[in-house]
Amino acid sequence: MNRYIIRRLLIAIPTLLIISVVVFAILALAPGDPMSQFAANPAVPPEVRENMRHALGLDQPWPVRYVKWLTEFVQGNWGYSFISKVPVIGLVAQRLPNTLAVLGVAYIVSILIAIPIGIISAVRRYTLFDHTATAFAFIGYSIPTFFSGILLIIIFSIKLHWFPFIYDSTLKVHDFSTLMTQISQSIMPITVLALFETATLTRFVRSEMLENLSLDYVRTARSKGLAERVVIIKHALRNSLIPVVTLIALGVPTIFTGAIITEQIFAVPGVGQLLISSIEVNDTPVVMAITFVYAILVVGFNLVADVLYGALDPRIKYT
Amino acid sequence: MARAEALPTLTRAELVRKPRSLWGDAWSSFRRHRLAMAGTVVFSLLAVATVLGPFIYTADPATIDFAAGYQAPSLVHPFGTNDLGQDLFARALLGGRISMAVGIVAMLISITFGTLVGSLAGFFNRIDGLLMRMTDMFISLPSLPLLLLIVYLFRDALHALFGPVVGIFILVVSVIGLLNWMPVARLVRAQFLSIKRREFVEAARSIGASDVRIITRHMLPNAMSPVLVAASLSVGAAIITESALSFLGLGFPSDRPTWGRMLFDARNFLELAPQMALFPGLLIFLAVISMNYIGDGLRDALDPRRLGA
Amino acid sequence: MGAALSGGGRWRGLLVALASALLVATACTTPPSGASPTTGASASASAVARGGGGTLHILYWQAPTILNTHKAQGTKDYDAGGLILEPLAKFGPDAKPVPFLASEIPTLQNGGIAADLKSITWKLKQNVKWSDGTDFTADDVVFTWQYVADEKTAASDSETVLGVSKVEAVDKNTVKVSFTDPNPNPYQIFVTGLGNIIQKKQFQSCIGAAAETCAENNKPVGTGPYKLVDFKPGDVVTYTINDSYRDPGKPFFKDVQIKGVADAATAARSVCQAGDSDYGWNMQIEWSILSQIVSGGKCVMVTHDSPNVERILVNRADPSASLGDKRSEPTTQHPFLSDLNVRKALAMAIDRKTLATQLYNETGKATCNIVTAPAEVNSPNTASADICQFDATKAGQLLDQAGWTKAADGKRAKGGKQMVINYLTSTNDLRQKEQAIVKQNWEALGITVNLKNVPASVFFSSDAGNPDTAAHMYYDVEMYTNGSSDPDQQNYLSGWLCNQIAQKSNQWKGNNYERYCSTQYDNLFAQYKKELDKTKRSQLAIQLNDMLVNDVVIIPLVARAFPVASASKDLKGLNGTPWESDLWNIQEWYK
Repeated sequence: MNRYIIRRLLIAIPTLLIISVVVFAILALAPGDPMSQFAANPAVPPEVRENMRHALGLDQPWPVRYVKWLTEFVQGNWGYSFISKVPVIGLVAQRLPNTLAVLGVAYIVSILIAIPIGIISAVRRYTLFDHTATAFAFIGYSIPTFFSGILLIIIFSIKLHWFPFIYDSTLKVHDFSTLMTQISQSIMPITVLALFETATLTRFVRSEMLENLSLDYVRTARSKGLAERVVIIKHALRNSLIPVVTLIALGVPTIFTGAIITEQIFAVPGVGQLLISSIEVNDTPVVMAITFVYAILVVGFNLVADVLYGALDPRIKYT
Repeated sequence: MARAEALPTLTRAELVRKPRSLWGDAWSSFRRHRLAMAGTVVFSLLAVATVLGPFIYTADPATIDFAAGYQAPSLVHPFGTNDLGQDLFARALLGGRISMAVGIVAMLISITFGTLVGSLAGFFNRIDGLLMRMTDMFISLPSLPLLLLIVYLFRDALHALFGPVVGIFILVVSVIGLLNWMPVARLVRAQFLSIKRREFVEAARSIGASDVRIITRHMLPNAMSPVLVAASLSVGAAIITESALSFLGLGFPSDRPTWGRMLFDARNFLELAPQMALFPGLLIFLAVISMNYIGDGLRDALDPRRLGA
Repeated sequence: MGAALSGGGRWRGLLVALASALLVATACTTPPSGASPTTGASASASAVARGGGGTLHILYWQAPTILNTHKAQGTKDYDAGGLILEPLAKFGPDAKPVPFLASEIPTLQNGGIAADLKSITWKLKQNVKWSDGTDFTADDVVFTWQYVADEKTAASDSETVLGVSKVEAVDKNTVKVSFTDPNPNPYQIFVTGLGNIIQKKQFQSCIGAAAETCAENNKPVGTGPYKLVDFKPGDVVTYTINDSYRDPGKPFFKDVQIKGVADAATAARSVCQAGDSDYGWNMQIEWSILSQIVSGGKCVMVTHDSPNVERILVNRADPSASLGDKRSEPTTQHPFLSDLNVRKALAMAIDRKTLATQLYNETGKATCNIVTAPAEVNSPNTASADICQFDATKAGQLLDQAGWTKAADGKRAKGGKQMVINYLTSTNDLRQKEQAIVKQNWEALGITVNLKNVPASVFFSSDAGNPDTAAHMYYDVEMYTNGSSDPDQQNYLSGWLCNQIAQKSNQWKGNNYERYCSTQYDNLFAQYKKELDKTKRSQLAIQLNDMLVNDVVIIPLVARAFPVASASKDLKGLNGTPWESDLWNIQEWYK
């Protein structure tokens, strides 16, 4: 197993290099540039724009720019944002806590809700509970977050005045009342995200449970006279959770890049929001940094998932 | 007692019909699945309505008439009208064509490709690493710039080859499908890894079954459960994603209604004209949930362990 | 988990990226603008004491990303930096300069402007201090010029130094600006938000190539009413009163926060429905939505006439893809848009009144001019012109005359070729609705119209390799908003000269996207450029405008209001001007 992990880690290096080249090329070749905010303003003459492109190094061919970026990046220098002229690492560090506070919590909440609902739905298949859960899951899935977000704002912020809908990132939690403020300002974005993610995860837990409940070992356990509760929790659930745990592990990297729409609707300054606004203005250093860290997380958690899979299911062998 | 009486009623024809085929069994099992049948009926209704509807309900979906804006559902306008006074029922019928087609085709592309990559990776150790690293790469690509690039690279060529509408359709479904096969690939691979060592696979191998046969006849049916869940979910997601593409100008023209686009346009009219959101939302929901029950039925039908149960 | 978790999850990643892109993509370019306080407002505000108010909450749907306005990326940055940094003067609502760091406005009469128009001498206010307590002097002004003029600084407002030969400190409080040629617009430098003065002490090591990554860019020291507390780029800026600010009674609000939100509707909801915020910037949404939100009752709309006109550009060159390299090159001729009758018909077929009333209403009105502000250059001649009247019948006749007759299927064709118009604009809810209306108008004439929209970052990009930019003009018509960014129209009107035609040979770097070329226009412009008398200049600007409108080079649609904002009912002292930032006179605001 150790050798397997080491080999996978070694393979990760060329993988990440290839990913970074491809991403850089896509960014360089896709249409659009950081000057676009100026172009419709006739007062900005083309020479000024050329000057600015030159200052950003955009007049060089992209392979040259890529090599420069990579050399700096491996030395721990993430570069400067084209747009705000500050170090990229500072920008990302500023955003990360907000992302974790909203998306991380939503992720945990949805796991905590989805697993029991999925289990009950599977065990009580085609009962009222199952049908209700299914309907809710699909409502949650059919309603895009751009829609549920605005719906919540209208109901809870504008009609009822319960929660603020513009996230205040300058809030510092130091006592009970600021904690309550923090909770009240995060509750709607967390709900929107959890609604969506619970919907998805419930379906997978339910389907995995159903799969296992019909397997021979569950019948065997039942026929041994074990209590149904024990059969479900000790036998079926444990085995069903194996793929679910994998799925959860594979989902962790997405916490980093954030839930872009939800962050935007509630003005949560997360990494996702930074990523999309940087993409919009072709702020290559920021986009590169975020996608590259994301790629590292993807590759890393893929390994974690594989290792977990092997550890939880003795039938799987990695060599 | 009942069983004893039932046996003699089997006709000779029924006895001769064996060996039963996998698909024949599946179909009879599927038919017994009430929800699956209900899903099939609803989905077919939606499909028929969107294909034939615009020929029967002939109100023009594009005509702008500000005087007729924001009307609640009525006999004249069954779904009401939007802010521009356009007939929402006509738009929903026309929009459903693209939405349903995009949803299904994009889902099929991503499921097919994902299943192919996932099963190959899960089955053949040698190419597992390569395929999974490729999957990692696709997951890491930033979708928006990639989309812009793909659209610019292929738009004109597809336009020239297939004409504007079909060209855009091919572009949209391939973009959505090809950017979304990765989770399916991972799921299938995970299932394959787990199934590979099970007795029935070993058994098939020991009687000399070929790799292809083991994959398609023995392993895939057993790995389909999460794939079907993913498939039913991805239809809805594709419908919504299409609207985002269209909004950005990367998909269908802005004057071409689709369900996702209608829902997106409605987001700021919740208080003024809730019908603008209600109907497209409901249609997407019906399409997705009926797909899900069809998937449920298929899974049960294809599961050899549940046959005859 | 959404994304990787499920089959559906990854969808969300894509969806999210796309849909949020569209939330941001609604950006439209408005020229950066500056500001100035007016006497009327300050009189009423003088009753309130400095710092008497709490925090002023301002919402922008594009969050500021940099505070040094000379490296600004857009209006949001000029506006946010403008609370800290100030120019010598700003243009007020009447397009007249209002002194800020200057003690008075130099004119020909008071001798501040040389009779030959080759120099302007600014007297600075005495005893102005930077927020760090040091003295503001003429040296800072000279340094600002050096900073902006250095090509390596790559200042985004460096057009203000073009034609400036020298800036010198005559004494501690006097600055003389010399021009290479007589300059009819001597206020081109150090006026408006583009002319903000930065502190020499702070930025002297940030000049040239060092400017790009200088940490001072995001914590400028200024002379303005506020100083920086905290800045999170792309999110929020927090300010507090600058204790060294020269007016002891101002500003009223102790703290200010500028926060970026998703879109104009969100900002409006916060100000008008929830009452959580005080000011929402640039309400660029359909009137139907806006009016409904404003009816929440907690806010009022703030609007002002502006030079920004939403217009349709008509391509004179042939954009057919089959032409390959020659596509939309000025050497080609558009198959039907080169015919004046066809262009006239297109203009007359558009019901711009309905478009303006339904979609803009208080935020814009129908216009047939492309120069609309200041008032003295807004042509009175076009309103009665036949091409400015909505008349579908006449339009149809013109097309018949031009030989584009209706076939049996109701489509216009000539010589067996159908009239098809490809119509491009940037992605924006409002614009797509405008497109739908214009399409309906044109299709009623029997013309086939194909709509297309691309993200603003693509449409307004200056990337020569990108075929969908406004400058490439690979479409028959395009639509966006433009207008002069300062009261003088020279820069703006130069955008229709023959030598400004965007084409392959200049990498599409010209402002003449229509490929319009007329010696008559060029000659009239040359005359305008030389004219130094203000009244005569205005008349010439009107003539140039009329020429473009009558020849249907562009089809003006809507004169948009700017600023157009939602402000809390209690907020007083606002006095918007189209030439400056919404926040140009924030020191006068009070509750």
